[in-house]
Amino acid sequence: MRLLEYQAKSLFAEYGIRIPKGLTSTSIEQGRKDAKVIGFPFVIKAQMAVGGRGKAGAIQKCHNADEFELKYPEIMQKIVKGEKTKAILLEQMQEYKKELYLSLFLNRSKRCYTVIASSEGGVEIESVKNQVIREVGLGYVDKNTAEEVAKAIGLKNNSIEEFVNLVQKLSKLTVEKEAELAEINPVAILNDGTLLALDGKVIIDDNAMFRHDELRKFQEVSELEEHAEKSGFSLVELDGNIAVVGNGAGLVMSSLDMLSDHGGKPACFLDVGGGATTETVYEALTLISKMKKVKGILVNLYGGIVKTTTVATAFIKAYEDKIIDIPVFARMSGAEAEKSKTMLKDSRTKIFDTVEEAINAAVIGVNKSG
Amino acid sequence: MADLFEILIGKEGEKDYKKKPVIVQGITGKFGSFHTHQMIAYGTNIVAGVTPGKGGQKFENTPIYETVKKAVSATGAKISIVFVPAKFFRDAAIEALEAGIKLLIAIPEHVPVRDAMTILELAKKKDAIMIGPNTPGIIVPGIIKIGIMPATPFKPGRIAVLSRSGTLMYEVSHNLSVANLGQSVSLGIGGDPINGTTVIEAFDMIRRLPDIDGVVVVGEIGGDAEELLAQHIIDTKFDKPVVAYIAGRAAPKEKRMGHAGAIIYGTYGSAESKVSMYAKANVPVAKRPAEVPMLLAGKLDGKKS
Repeated sequence: MRLLEYQAKSLFAEYGIRIPKGLTSTSIEQGRKDAKVIGFPFVIKAQMAVGGRGKAGAIQKCHNADEFELKYPEIMQKIVKGEKTKAILLEQMQEYKKELYLSLFLNRSKRCYTVIASSEGGVEIESVKNQVIREVGLGYVDKNTAEEVAKAIGLKNNSIEEFVNLVQKLSKLTVEKEAELAEINPVAILNDGTLLALDGKVIIDDNAMFRHDELRKFQEVSELEEHAEKSGFSLVELDGNIAVVGNGAGLVMSSLDMLSDHGGKPACFLDVGGGATTETVYEALTLISKMKKVKGILVNLYGGIVKTTTVATAFIKAYEDKIIDIPVFARMSGAEAEKSKTMLKDSRTKIFDTVEEAINAAVIGVNKSG
Repeated sequence: MADLFEILIGKEGEKDYKKKPVIVQGITGKFGSFHTHQMIAYGTNIVAGVTPGKGGQKFENTPIYETVKKAVSATGAKISIVFVPAKFFRDAAIEALEAGIKLLIAIPEHVPVRDAMTILELAKKKDAIMIGPNTPGIIVPGIIKIGIMPATPFKPGRIAVLSRSGTLMYEVSHNLSVANLGQSVSLGIGGDPINGTTVIEAFDMIRRLPDIDGVVVVGEIGGDAEELLAQHIIDTKFDKPVVAYIAGRAAPKEKRMGHAGAIIYGTYGSAESKVSMYAKANVPVAKRPAEVPMLLAGKLDGKKS
């Protein structure tokens, strides 16, 4: 779960990391009240789970009430890389000497937390050459390591101690909240040498959420995603018109790739999990029927243990119950494939032996229907 | 590090050579019991189950014990396959490792990352191997199947398959079998960000096997396992044919594609990055699963001439 900036900052504050004064709203009425509390000038920041907000105009300075009336609605309407503004953060403008970068992340290959710091902040870390990287084990970052990092990025005087504090607080947050990533970019060095977190990005391990009821308030799932989660499916909504369903994440990704290679446009990624039963497939079709843009469904099931006839039954039932009326292009490998074909002979579900054939038919079929 | 195949198959002359005893943790659950049946049908020597509260009962002919410790002392098993839900996995895995299990096959999906890392630290201390979590398991076709994979895609042979995805492991192994390229082993790495046995570690376990002609690595977007493996192949001058497949070329960035580990941040974890590293290691990457046997056959032929 990726937290929005204001949510990440509320965790920062909880752990004693200094953040600028700010207030979050979802309507201009509330925004006006917030503006009075913060006082001009301030920064209007779109809250959305995506990078590159500044460049896209989703973060803008605001100097007076006229500007506010213009910019607040504009930023509220912003869509950056497909992400809509979820809320607006008004934040006090800061004067500072310098920007730094700091993050802690779960290093998969080293199987431990890793600190990345840089004297160049405020830009994407991938583009920075000058990075200091330290593996720090599974626990909290100790003082010596933090100090070593502070010196390695060229900090001096009281900023060293400030930075050590900051790293240790961020590390505590990362461990206790089971974050996969906790990033402050930029960290501002104020004129008095103290530090302030100007932006924040925190990603929590979804699988650890059962231990973190306190973070549930940050969880925002669409109706469809909630439905999918309840059924034990993984769903990613995409822009196209052919829904892609399969059992197993790898298999569904593979189907997406091949569909795209053939000029098809995937409407979603839907993994129904390792097994495929009449119930799961029927449930998947129900879910897809709620996506209006879908013109056809590509199904790729690797059976093996499961009989394909049980899946065929699900398609027939979905048509009978009028859950779906769009064509389904299915590849089902497994036992009794011939019998399934006979069962579905007169339905709108076509069964193919290979996924390549199913994809070809899906692309042609959906294009024809417009 | 412990030797995977010594634990899994044993040495010629041993009484239980190719018949190593296996314990099932969570044997009475719906999932656990179904797959226990399947494993027994395949010929895997399932000697005991563990379900707290059901010790003393039997699962068909297999005795159930209260704890792993009791099951181990009664049977001498060094292998356990775990079917408990993710929430309880940490305790189950620690119990198994403390009881002397040396090969832990971790089936559950959605295990918190920190739990996986905690268990791994302990496994290292105990010189034990964990495969998974979120793995379909491991199969040595014709000999032993410890996992949830269907039996039909796999045929005995001389190709090793390593896969980060379950159903793709079946799909690719099936394609290989049809092309008469049977498998000496098919091993599921698991779809999580933290793998008990990484792709590189698995590669090092199988590379020493005398009876392999080639390796197929089924990967997906996310992480840097493929990049590291490519570098490892170069560094260690591995000279048998390796062919790869990578799922997720069409996946959007910063979206978790089903598997917890399948997510691209910036260029980290992207398919392009993996393909270009593989190219440096002279490992061709199939565009689709059906292309894998063709690429491999081509490399095997090249080897002979």
